[in-house]
Amino acid sequence: MKKNGVKMIKINSKNVDVYYGKKQALFNINLDIEENQVTALIGPSGCGKSTFLRCLNRMNDVIDICRVKGQIIINDFDINDKSCDVVRLREKIGMVFQKPNPFPKTIYENISYGPTIHGMAQSKNEMDEIVETSLKKAALWEEVKDRLHEPGTGLSGGQQQRLCIARAISVKPEVILMDEPCSALDPIATAQIEELIDELKKDHTIIIVTHSMAQAARVSQNTGFFHLGELIEHGSTDKIFKNPENKKTQDYITGRFG
Amino acid sequence: MNLILFIFIVLLGFTSYYFGRRKAYTIQSTNKRLTALPQFYGYYLAIWCAIPAFIIFSLWAIFEPTIVKLLILSDYSNQGYLDDELNLIYEKTKALSRRQFTGEITPFIEASAEKYLSLRSIAQSSKAVIVLSIIIASVAYAYKKISSNSRTREPVEKFLKAVLFTASLAAILTTVGIVFSLIFQTIDFFKVIPLFDFVFGTHWYPAKAFVRDSSEALDPTMYSDTFGAVPIFAGTFFIAFIAMCVAIPIGLMSGIYLAEYASVKVRQYAKPLIEILAGIPTVVYGFFAALTVGPFLKEIGNSMGLDVSAESALAAGGVMGIMIIPFISSLSDDVITSVPQSLRDGSYAMGATKSETIKKVIFPAALPGIVGSILLGVSRAIGETMIVVMASGLAANLTLNPLESTSTITAQIVVILIGDQAFGDPKTQAAFALGMSLFLVTLCLNIVALRVVKKYREKYE
Repeated sequence: MKKNGVKMIKINSKNVDVYYGKKQALFNINLDIEENQVTALIGPSGCGKSTFLRCLNRMNDVIDICRVKGQIIINDFDINDKSCDVVRLREKIGMVFQKPNPFPKTIYENISYGPTIHGMAQSKNEMDEIVETSLKKAALWEEVKDRLHEPGTGLSGGQQQRLCIARAISVKPEVILMDEPCSALDPIATAQIEELIDELKKDHTIIIVTHSMAQAARVSQNTGFFHLGELIEHGSTDKIFKNPENKKTQDYITGRFG
Repeated sequence: MNLILFIFIVLLGFTSYYFGRRKAYTIQSTNKRLTALPQFYGYYLAIWCAIPAFIIFSLWAIFEPTIVKLLILSDYSNQGYLDDELNLIYEKTKALSRRQFTGEITPFIEASAEKYLSLRSIAQSSKAVIVLSIIIASVAYAYKKISSNSRTREPVEKFLKAVLFTASLAAILTTVGIVFSLIFQTIDFFKVIPLFDFVFGTHWYPAKAFVRDSSEALDPTMYSDTFGAVPIFAGTFFIAFIAMCVAIPIGLMSGIYLAEYASVKVRQYAKPLIEILAGIPTVVYGFFAALTVGPFLKEIGNSMGLDVSAESALAAGGVMGIMIIPFISSLSDDVITSVPQSLRDGSYAMGATKSETIKKVIFPAALPGIVGSILLGVSRAIGETMIVVMASGLAANLTLNPLESTSTITAQIVVILIGDQAFGDPKTQAAFALGMSLFLVTLCLNIVALRVVKKYREKYE
C-alpha cells in the first residue's frame, strides 16, 4: 500500500545471518517487506526461504542449535533484541504451516485458543464473535457453522488449512507468515486458499513461501528469490518474473534449475 | 540315547540345508532359472529332513510310556488287582529296573522289571530305526522336488508362518491353562464358603482354618467369619492408592520434564537412570521399605507423638509408588514425545508459552496414552507382593489409617500357601479364590488400559 506514493515498509531486515550449529544457512539477508502486500519467497529446496520466514516470528528459538544474527525491525523495534517479548511478537505475527496442524480439539476451541492465551475476550459472547469473524474471514464459516463443537481433525485437508488460517487471524495479527500453505492440498483447495490470501492482504501483511512459481506470480505483489542461503534478487513480482536482473533468477524462473 | 538322536537330527538338518543350496547352484549352472533364491532350496530340504523326524520323535516320547505300561500290566490282568494296586506294581517295576527299589522283591516284580528293561531297549532301537528311515524317505522326497526345480519359496514361507502361529498359540494356551487351574479350585472353594460371605465378610483369619484332618467331615459352619475378603480388598486398594499418590505426580512430572524441557544430553542420561529403577528386584524394594522407610516413619511419627507401626501401609505404599515411577515416567515420556511436533509449532506460533502449550495442547493430545500408562501402573501396584509382605505386615486389619499395618490380596496368598497345606482344603483353595479375584481385577484394568491406548492410536493414524 502506498501513502502519498511512498511504499510503507512493515518489516525491515538488516544483515541477517542464521547458523544451524556450525553450518551457516543464511548469508547477510537484507529484505524489506511492504505493508498490506503479499510477498512471495521463492527458491529451490534448502535455499533458506523457510528459515528466513521462521526468523520473522522467532520460531527458530524452538530449535536448540539455531542462532540468528542481525536485525529484524518490525514497528521500529528489533525483534532479535533481548527485551523482545516473544509472546507479544507472535500475537502480532501469525503463522500458517505447510501441513495443516489443527489441535486435536473442537473447531471452536481451535479458534478460541489464541484469544484465550492473550486474554482477548472478556465474555463468552465476545469469544463467540471472535470465532465467527475469524471463520468468516477464512471463508470457512458457512461450511462449519453447524458443527463448531466437532473435532477440527475431522475436516478435509483444505478445510483444515483454512481452519489454521482462521486460527492465525483470530488474534488479529499484523503479519501472517505462510510456509508453503498449499503444498499438501489439491488444486481446488489451493485455489480457495489463494483467493483467501488476496482477501486477507487488506488487513494483514502476508509473506508466503512457495515452491510453485505460478502461485507466486498469481498471489504476490513482491517476490524475493533465494539461492544457497543468499537473497539473490527481490523486487516487484512483475519485474522478477518478466525482467529479472540476475541470470540465476532468470534460470530458476524459466525452469532451468531448481 | 534320546539326546544323541536329537543332536543327530539337528546335524542332519544343517547338512541337508547345505546340500539343498548346493543343488540349487548346480541347477543354476545348467543355465536354468531358479524358482527362488538358493537358500530357500536349502531351507526346504532342511525342513523336510528335520520336521517329520521330530514329529515322530515327540509322538514316540508321548506314547511310549503308556504302551510299555499297558504291556507290563497285561501280565497282571484277570488277577483281581485294583487300579491303585496296579499303579503301585508298575512304580515298583520301574524302581527295580533302575535299581532304586528298596522293598521286598517278589519274583513277579523281578520278572516284570526284566520285561520292562527289554521292552525299553526294543523301543529305543526301533525308535532310532523308524526316525532314520523317516528322514531318509522325506529327504529323498524333498530332494526330488528340488531337482525338478519346483517351487520352494511358498512352502518355506508357509512353514515360517506355521512356526510363528504355534508360538503365539502356546502363549495363549498357557494363559488359558492358568485361568482354568484357578477356576476349578475357586469353584471348589465357593462350594464350602458362600460367595456372599467371601465378598462381604469383614473378618479375614485364615489361620483359624488350621489344616483339617482329612478323615474329618467338612463342616462349613466352622469357617464362618474366617474368609471375609473385605479387609484385604480394602487393604489392596488402599496401598495401591497410596502408591499411585506417589507415582502419578512424580512419574508424570518427570515424564513431562524429560519429553519437553530436558536437553538432549540430560535426557540421554536421566532416562536410563530412571529406567534402572524398573530393573531393581521388588525384594530389594522390600528391604528398603522394611528396614529404612518403615523405621524412619515410625521415628518421625513417635517424635510427633503419633502411634506409628513399624510396618505400615504408608511405608509399603510409598516404596511401591517409587517402584512404579519409572513405568509412568517412561511411558508418558514416550507418549508425549510422539505428539507431532507440528502441534507444538502451531501452539508456539500462536504465542503460547511452553507451559501453556503443554497444558492445553500436548497434555490433552497425550491424555489417553497417559491414562493407559497410569492404569498399567495401577495393575502393577495391585499385583505387587513382596514389598507388602516385607513392609506392611500380614495381619488383615480393616483400616484406613495409613500408619497402621494392613495386608493385601497377594500378601495373603503368600501367607496361605507357605508352610503346611493340604489340597482340597478350603484354606488352600482360598488362595485360588483370591488369585482369581485378583486376576479379574487386573484383567479389567488392562482391558480398559488397552482400550484407551487404542483410542489414542486411532487419533493420529
